[in-house]
Amino acid sequence: MRLTAEGVSWGVRERTILDDVSLDCAPGTVTGLLGPNGSGKTSLLHVMAGLRRPGAGTVRLGPDDVHELRTRVRAQRIAVLEQHSSTSLPLTVRQVVELGRIPHRGRWPASRDEGAAEVAEAMRLSGITHLADRDWHTLSGGERQRVQLARALTQQPAVLMLDEPTNHLDLSHQLDLLAAVRELGLTTLAALHDLDLAAAFCDRLVVLQDGRVAAAGPPEEVLTAELVDRVYGVEATVGRHEHSGRLHVVWHDARAAR
Amino acid sequence: MLQATRATRATRPRTRASLSRSARSRPGTGLAAGAVLTATLAVSIVVAVGIGSVTVPIGDVIDVVLRRLGLPADGVTAIDDRIVWQLRMPRILGAAATGAGLALAGAVLQSLTRNDLADPYLLGISGGAAVGAVSVIVLGVSVAGLVGGAALGTAAFVGALVALVLVLALATGRTGDLPPARTVLAGVAIGQVCAAYTSFAVMMSGQHDAARRVLAWTMGSLAGVRWHSATVLIVVALVALVGIIAHAGDLDAFAFGDASAASLGVSLRRTRWVLLVGTALLTACLVAYTGAIGFVGLVIPHVVRLVCGPLHRRLLPLSALAGAVLMIWADTAARSLVEGQEIPIGVVTAVLGAPLFAYLLRRESRSA
Repeated sequence: MRLTAEGVSWGVRERTILDDVSLDCAPGTVTGLLGPNGSGKTSLLHVMAGLRRPGAGTVRLGPDDVHELRTRVRAQRIAVLEQHSSTSLPLTVRQVVELGRIPHRGRWPASRDEGAAEVAEAMRLSGITHLADRDWHTLSGGERQRVQLARALTQQPAVLMLDEPTNHLDLSHQLDLLAAVRELGLTTLAALHDLDLAAAFCDRLVVLQDGRVAAAGPPEEVLTAELVDRVYGVEATVGRHEHSGRLHVVWHDARAAR
Repeated sequence: MLQATRATRATRPRTRASLSRSARSRPGTGLAAGAVLTATLAVSIVVAVGIGSVTVPIGDVIDVVLRRLGLPADGVTAIDDRIVWQLRMPRILGAAATGAGLALAGAVLQSLTRNDLADPYLLGISGGAAVGAVSVIVLGVSVAGLVGGAALGTAAFVGALVALVLVLALATGRTGDLPPARTVLAGVAIGQVCAAYTSFAVMMSGQHDAARRVLAWTMGSLAGVRWHSATVLIVVALVALVGIIAHAGDLDAFAFGDASAASLGVSLRRTRWVLLVGTALLTACLVAYTGAIGFVGLVIPHVVRLVCGPLHRRLLPLSALAGAVLMIWADTAARSLVEGQEIPIGVVTAVLGAPLFAYLLRRESRSA
């Protein structure tokens, strides 16, 4: 499903966080949302996920206005992977993944294994089947992220929203997670910090600066030395790696010790 | 006073993870626990009816109940019928309904505010009810021509509702939302004001037994429960049970916080309003008939979580059952331990509940 934002603005009290943002996520593509801290990435994700109502503009999912959908219907179509997730409850991995069935369940419990197939499939896709009976609190950061991914997939969404999903993950787990997300073929919008990873895994990049879109397009058009300097204030060279041919941002800022 | 300490406790940070980190919730535990508790509840009712200043053998209890239900039974004496059916049965069923209702309210408020110390009196209910009760006990305020227990109950109910309205007015934001943290603090503020009034009225009244009577009310009692009040309590508890279990999935969705619940399709504002106001009204009804009975609503949900895990499809019905059983035995102890006198039931719930809770906590901390 196509996800679009048109002229979205959002703010808290007098402070404007998002200012006239437009964005188009084509069906089945991965869009990377870049920008410095405080540029409005999380806010934009929340507005586009329907969790916050914009002061102006509309967000459309297919033909529907996201903010006019009933909350349950919205949750059946859009799943969000939060930046941080924590609970004080002693839940097992399977129980956490099963939370993703809530938007599909009725008020009254039906059969015991309702949605069991979806849960099993989501755990397989996220590579956490072997963790099913573990206490969520005993998992590592990477495992927790994959459990949350499985929970999101259990919602069987058309759109996946990821807020810095690779935070706190080591390099290998970062690649695992993003590769898994690409495999799914869902319309995906992911806020990311790592420019190289964004270039490698996203079809399109959107760069936010002070709540406005500073650049948007395919990675090779968006990621330039000029942009990195303008948006992040960091001197860098953007090139292609001689073996992989992938885009690379190499910074050479005076702040580095050597 | 009591209301104040209760409210203050509830603002301390949660510690649930350390309480029950390793609690396992195997499939089947819930059903087994449900069957055991249901059987225990049925047996408790029959056995507890026989206990008291006059002991009625279980066989006679069953005969009285069978005859009253229109079923064939052996001869029943008028005195047995009066003791079992007129006096003890409504009180015991009322106790079960009160215990179930308080445990449900506690479970919901702990989950919704993500605060382990939340109890049914969180939103100023006990403070407001005490203001109403004290006004009748100490100041002799009359309520629409009612006298005695009816006046007391009505005044307590009205006081609880006024406190609830004030708490909601304080806590509601511009967008009509009801954020849990602010709601808890508003409950504390209103509770303090109510406690100040209660203390002032008692100290200034000049009646030498005012303090004792107010304290007795605050600790709760089921002594005045007859069939009409028992029926109200049972209906209220059953309506609450159904209404709250319908929100089991929504409450589960709060496990990873508000944003996560919203992204799982839970309407935060609607769910908070329905459940906070619903449990407050439930508690206000219970308090009007029984006074502010402590401990059950705080501890029973924790005990159930330790045994059966935190998912609400199990937690809610099992808490209701466990609360009912604990309250029946607490009330039975309250009316029969000391001959010719009632022990305040709040004392008994604490004495019965605390060791059980301590044992489970200890077992948890060893296995963690």
